[in-house]
Amino acid sequence: MSLEPSYLHYPRRRYGMDHARYEWSMLTERPPVRWPGNAKLAVWVNLAVQFFPLNQRGKPFAPPGGMTTAYPDLRHYTLREYGNRVGLVRCVQALDTFGLKPTFAVNAIIAQKYPRLLERLCERDDEILCHSWHMDSLHHGELDESEEAEIIERSLACLREATGQPIRGWLSPGGSQSHNTPDLLASQGIEYMGDWLNDDLPYPFRTKHGDLIALPLSLELDDHFIVGVNLHSETEYAEQIKDACDFLLREAQEAEGGRLLALNVHPWLMGQPHRIAALEDALEHIANQPGIWSASAHEIVSAWRNAQ
Amino acid sequence: MLESLDRYDFSLIDEREPIRWPKGARVAFWVAPNIEFYELDPAPNPVRRAWPRPVPDVQGYATRDYGNRVGHMRMMQLLDKYGVRGSISLSTALCEHHPEIIELCVKRDWEFFSHGIYNTRYTYGMNEAQEREMIEDSVRTIKRHTGQDCAGYLAPALTHTEHTLDLFAEAGGIYTCDLFHDDQPTTVRVRSGKPFVSVPYSLELNDTIAYVVNKVEPRRYAAMIKKAFDRLYFEGKESGRVMCIPLHAYQVSHPHRLAAFEDALAHITSHKDIWVTTGREIAEYFIEHHVA
Repeated sequence: MSLEPSYLHYPRRRYGMDHARYEWSMLTERPPVRWPGNAKLAVWVNLAVQFFPLNQRGKPFAPPGGMTTAYPDLRHYTLREYGNRVGLVRCVQALDTFGLKPTFAVNAIIAQKYPRLLERLCERDDEILCHSWHMDSLHHGELDESEEAEIIERSLACLREATGQPIRGWLSPGGSQSHNTPDLLASQGIEYMGDWLNDDLPYPFRTKHGDLIALPLSLELDDHFIVGVNLHSETEYAEQIKDACDFLLREAQEAEGGRLLALNVHPWLMGQPHRIAALEDALEHIANQPGIWSASAHEIVSAWRNAQ
Repeated sequence: MLESLDRYDFSLIDEREPIRWPKGARVAFWVAPNIEFYELDPAPNPVRRAWPRPVPDVQGYATRDYGNRVGHMRMMQLLDKYGVRGSISLSTALCEHHPEIIELCVKRDWEFFSHGIYNTRYTYGMNEAQEREMIEDSVRTIKRHTGQDCAGYLAPALTHTEHTLDLFAEAGGIYTCDLFHDDQPTTVRVRSGKPFVSVPYSLELNDTIAYVVNKVEPRRYAAMIKKAFDRLYFEGKESGRVMCIPLHAYQVSHPHRLAAFEDALAHITSHKDIWVTTGREIAEYFIEHHVA
């Protein structure tokens, strides 16, 4: 038994990354970022407004939170719908109670399926990000480029039309991208994306159509990751979010440079009646810390740009 | 395929000649930060897929890259604070990709040992010559970038062949981290007959195993570490024990985890009769005093 000789060749073994999308750099080596009002910690709370098709293809993988039983998976379909009908209202109320600002990442199909839901979001002055068409329209390495371009174009056109917002930010379903996703997004007027979660601050990300900004949305602090994947309790969820907040604040203080706390929250998960108090507990803690700047994705990106 | 590994003699832990660590320490304590590079689009291995999702697996890749961009500095500052020198399990290609990290570790007199070239190049399917070439490449790379003679080995992504231990000993190594059979070092038989030992690493207290496989909460991970230490410290009064905490900056250095880990590290290092050391120093001491 032996492997192809190429298995011991390393054509990208060189300084920096093994791809050309972004420069290698350690966070501590970059000039400090100053947030407005000299805040220490920018807080981005992303509420995921999602539609999971009942006839999920699940190719090349089932989207996180997607259908799991044989067709028709009524239980998961309706549990996700719960988020759009009930959970979202609770989560938004919780944020409002503590004066924290949501950003909504919305599957574009919501504009067609539930126009009242999108209208309700638009009654607020909050930013809406495009979350692709729906949770089963996955962007991945085996997806044909023209097919992906069509999904992105359709999703952005639909959300821009329905909201009247420019829609400058993007979040892929399941955080998944193809090699082409960043180029296609930039060509369609997207300025920043949350999928690359390899940092605690924004950074420039190269595309064929100019730089995007990677605005890392933490997976480790995602409610579905903590509660749904790791099966930690809602109390543990709150504790981990509070610990993260305190840690980043302390680090920002010591480093004299701003940090980012990026929380992805799924209303179908934390919006359940037995979990909402844990979300409130975490949000209250965050809101009570001096040095917090609650901002939309776009405000954070703009402030970061100005600081460069 | 072998039925038994047959690399070390069987012995019960309470029937051995006691181990006395330097200055009467009960526990030889070492921390092994894994400093790794995962490739976005690695050459495919016939036995193991590198990424669960089609390339580019953005979540998988970015999760690891977080360790290099953000995590190592946090971990390094923490280990500095408690006077711990890391024993680095190194994807040696990182010397070329991210020399800044290597320099910071060299400055601290940390140990570097080989963890292969990339953590996305598996040993499965290699013939002996290929595995030797890979191991020797990693040893040369460590020498060139750090000046150190590589003493230890943890196979990349814990992928082995039947010859891994022999080949590493022949490349000049004196210890392996790949065996989990004991709380004390053990002599390991290699075909060259060179002195070669197993230094207890740990899977149970490995942060990636704890967080990713066993899905342990950050504070529970700290509690597990403290309990493990307390027991080994108690037993180490009779005969010295080894305790290792293998770490990954892309896991433990997250903002919701590092303060809990610090709590555990503070507990351990508050004890006087422990030997805070490195993998190499444990191996050398054990070979000098306990290997005939």
